[in-house]
Amino acid sequence: MEKVSVSFTLNGEPVTIEVPTTWNLLKVLRECFELNGAKEGCGVGECGCCTVIVDGDAVNSCIYPIPEIEGRSVLSVEGISGTDGGLHPLQKAFLENNAVQCGFCTSGMIMSAKALLDKNPEPTEDEIRTGISGNFCRCTGYVQIVEAIEMAAKNKEGNF
Amino acid sequence: MSEYLYVGKSTPRTIETDKVTGRAVYISDLRRPGMLFGKILYSRYAHAKIKGIDTSKAEKLQGVRAVLTGRDIPEVRVGFLKDQTVLKKDVVRQFRDEVAAVAATSPEIAEEALGLIEVEYEELPAVFDPIEAMKEDAPLVHEIDARGRPVRSNILPLPWKFSAGDIEQGRKDSAYIAKDNVRTTWVNQCCMGTSGCVAEFDMNNNLTLYSQTNVPFLGKQRIVEYLRNIGLKGSRVRVVNPIVGGSFGTKLDTDIYEFIAVQLALRTRKPVKILFTREEEFRALPPRQPAIFEIEQGCDKEGKLTFRKVEAILDNGAYTSWGATTPSVMMMPISSLYRVPNVSFNATCVYTNNIYCQAMRGYGNPQATFAVETSMDSLAEEAGIDPAELRLINCNKPGELTPMRLKITTCPLDRCIKTVQEKINWKEKRGKRNGRGIGMASLIHVAGGARVYKSDGHGIMVKVDQNGNVDVLESGTDQGQGSPTVISQMVAEALGFRPEDVSITLGDTALCLWDAGTHASRHTFMAGNAAIRACDKAKKQILEMAVEHMPEIVEYKLKRKERKDPDFQMPDLDYSLISEPDKLDIKDRYIFPKNQPEHPYFRMEVSEVLTRGLHVGTGESKVVVGEAFYDPPTEMLDREMKGNYSCTYAFGTTAVEVEVDRETGEVKILNLFAAHDVGRAMNPTLVKGQIYGAAYMGVGYGLTEQLQLRNGRVMNPNFRDYKMLTAKDVVPVVPLVIEEPDADGPFGAKGIGEPGLVPTAPAIANAIYDAIGVRITDLPITAEKVLVALKKKAGEQS
Repeated sequence: MEKVSVSFTLNGEPVTIEVPTTWNLLKVLRECFELNGAKEGCGVGECGCCTVIVDGDAVNSCIYPIPEIEGRSVLSVEGISGTDGGLHPLQKAFLENNAVQCGFCTSGMIMSAKALLDKNPEPTEDEIRTGISGNFCRCTGYVQIVEAIEMAAKNKEGNF
Repeated sequence: MSEYLYVGKSTPRTIETDKVTGRAVYISDLRRPGMLFGKILYSRYAHAKIKGIDTSKAEKLQGVRAVLTGRDIPEVRVGFLKDQTVLKKDVVRQFRDEVAAVAATSPEIAEEALGLIEVEYEELPAVFDPIEAMKEDAPLVHEIDARGRPVRSNILPLPWKFSAGDIEQGRKDSAYIAKDNVRTTWVNQCCMGTSGCVAEFDMNNNLTLYSQTNVPFLGKQRIVEYLRNIGLKGSRVRVVNPIVGGSFGTKLDTDIYEFIAVQLALRTRKPVKILFTREEEFRALPPRQPAIFEIEQGCDKEGKLTFRKVEAILDNGAYTSWGATTPSVMMMPISSLYRVPNVSFNATCVYTNNIYCQAMRGYGNPQATFAVETSMDSLAEEAGIDPAELRLINCNKPGELTPMRLKITTCPLDRCIKTVQEKINWKEKRGKRNGRGIGMASLIHVAGGARVYKSDGHGIMVKVDQNGNVDVLESGTDQGQGSPTVISQMVAEALGFRPEDVSITLGDTALCLWDAGTHASRHTFMAGNAAIRACDKAKKQILEMAVEHMPEIVEYKLKRKERKDPDFQMPDLDYSLISEPDKLDIKDRYIFPKNQPEHPYFRMEVSEVLTRGLHVGTGESKVVVGEAFYDPPTEMLDREMKGNYSCTYAFGTTAVEVEVDRETGEVKILNLFAAHDVGRAMNPTLVKGQIYGAAYMGVGYGLTEQLQLRNGRVMNPNFRDYKMLTAKDVVPVVPLVIEEPDADGPFGAKGIGEPGLVPTAPAIANAIYDAIGVRITDLPITAEKVLVALKKKAGEQS
């Protein structure tokens, strides 16, 4: 099987891996680094459970070809907590506002929200809904998720 | 002010922090040493004979560890009516029939191996319409029953017949009668986490099954029985729940893939994981049971209901799972939503070559309530009575015994109706026919368990350690509803500790006590009632320990004070205040005398007592552990399908305002008020979360969602073509929590997991009628159906 060697930054650390060229970013995160936060909910880029941030943009890692990751910076949900182990304002707000039910969509939802808030720190409800429109949730009806993102935007501590 | 410290508060879900950090281990994340990956080959036909299977090429593929067909494993029947086998050997009866299975070192290799299996079929005539399937000359889906006797009809031997009062008398007493035909369709539960399990045997043939089941103990029993039937007598089975990515009914039955994983694990002696793809989730998971209803009901001149008669046909699909038992729940709204003296309900379940069905949130109730509540609006129109008024005239009341013998305890249905009526501005907005309309629908649902098995019990164990940490072993499951948070609140309240002291272990048959499962909106009700009883025992043990040790602790402290401060005056303490357990109480982690809660010496942190009294020294050592098994005083349905199967019932009313685009047929929801009787809300934020989520799912059921089958094949097995709502589909849901504490509920709570979905679709249908004057009773009410109905109406008028 043809392999490719790629170097990129993962949650702030430089990493190099050699994997089959057909692998996608989700598979690399889960299999090479045991980062299980990003989930496969559909495998074809429709549900958003696999969302991570690549160079500031929220992407569906399940359809992100691994050769494309060379030189880029990847942030997954495991990389957003503080170095002291403290939770990110979005993580806190999700717990406080019951924006997490089964939790399967949560990592992706938080990463889409983070990508949004990084670019637009004071989004309107409509902008929030657009920002997470690629992330399906079956449990919450999205209401408490939207509220949690609004809450995090208000309570932000420094940069997202 | 509430008398409670913790229940009734919106405690955040801090206990589930792992879910926001990516650490929570779902079945997709679970790895076991040496684990193999299983994949399933499904049928290529809706109905066919299997002439031959050649697995030789697949077996030779590098990395393949086992290939199994129906010829390789004992032909043991499984399922509710024992009408199927794990791998189908001779005949396939639906597209999702499991024909072969592979275990390999990677999912990719297993998938490749499936492609190398050659199956020769001989196609058989199939039947896809349940009404066609009932005809005498229809192709038979099954030729023999579970006992090997020949079958002459596709109609299942499950006659659901209920009758109370006298329909003919009711008809005679009627001034107005409405008759409607109603249809509901297949809906996929769409859990974000797909189905899967890991099966692992030790060398003594004991099995650990990491399963997402909602019924760990009943699931375990099915597996034990299966192992016994394949010759593994005496095998122990342990079922362990990982974190579960949603259920909505999918995890109520033990699915065929779980038996297949067991077989592959047995064959390879390695842990085997099967994890569905999204496409499999749509094609091979039993969806919500569809139903065809003919409903007729009448009322007298004053609007009092006189009778209700419902005939239902259920497309069972090729095999029988819980879908076929949904009439047991349909019966509840049909007999007991509003006061109706004469009731008749017949349901016929019919085998077809379609996908077979399971449970989904509401379990038959959404289907039946859609029929009852759209028909209530028909009847209101016939009688010239405002639909809200008709509902109030016939409103259920506390203390009522319904025709099904349900004992209604608390019942704030009139409050629910009046609340949404006021919120939506009913009188002002109704009856305009200007493209905007409003409608309402109510519900009744079990809210205090559901005795569908002999025991509807729930076991719980509460342990307290010397640091004051509380471990609760509790056999329910959490599929996202937030049980760990709510149970920690209830345990903290009952034991006198704090929610953050409490840790919950769920869903492990080796650790926890027996439970009938987390279904029927029963978890909070059951776990709460069991927890109160178990905590009583544990608390009593702590208080006995306190009586024994508090005097010495106080004396020790006093002596120390005296040593440090020569001026200290030894107080003259009245030790009779703490001389008996009954004189003491615990609240918020502090033990104190009931007569003097703020006593300067006798009020102390509970761990001071626990450290002194727990497992120190020999002989006299103690542990603090309280267990309880709560089984509510309810009845199973008797032969006439009557009986009080729940300890209490929840009511609710949803009112919806819609705007219908006459050009495109699109329906927009402008307002949705959902008033729900929850007894007492244990955690208002979590209760609202249940109502939001259920209402959204109900809107999908009403307007967009349909698993489309063409000749038995699922045509839309992906999120592009299966229309689940996204964050951009704004539905302005306003949950209205109606509290009327229930005497049987723990701290007054009733179950609220399912109700939010139930009245949503009929409320929408009724609002659409109010907006444009066409009644669509065929779910989902898509834009196409609205347009067709509008055109038909225009044609009739011209």
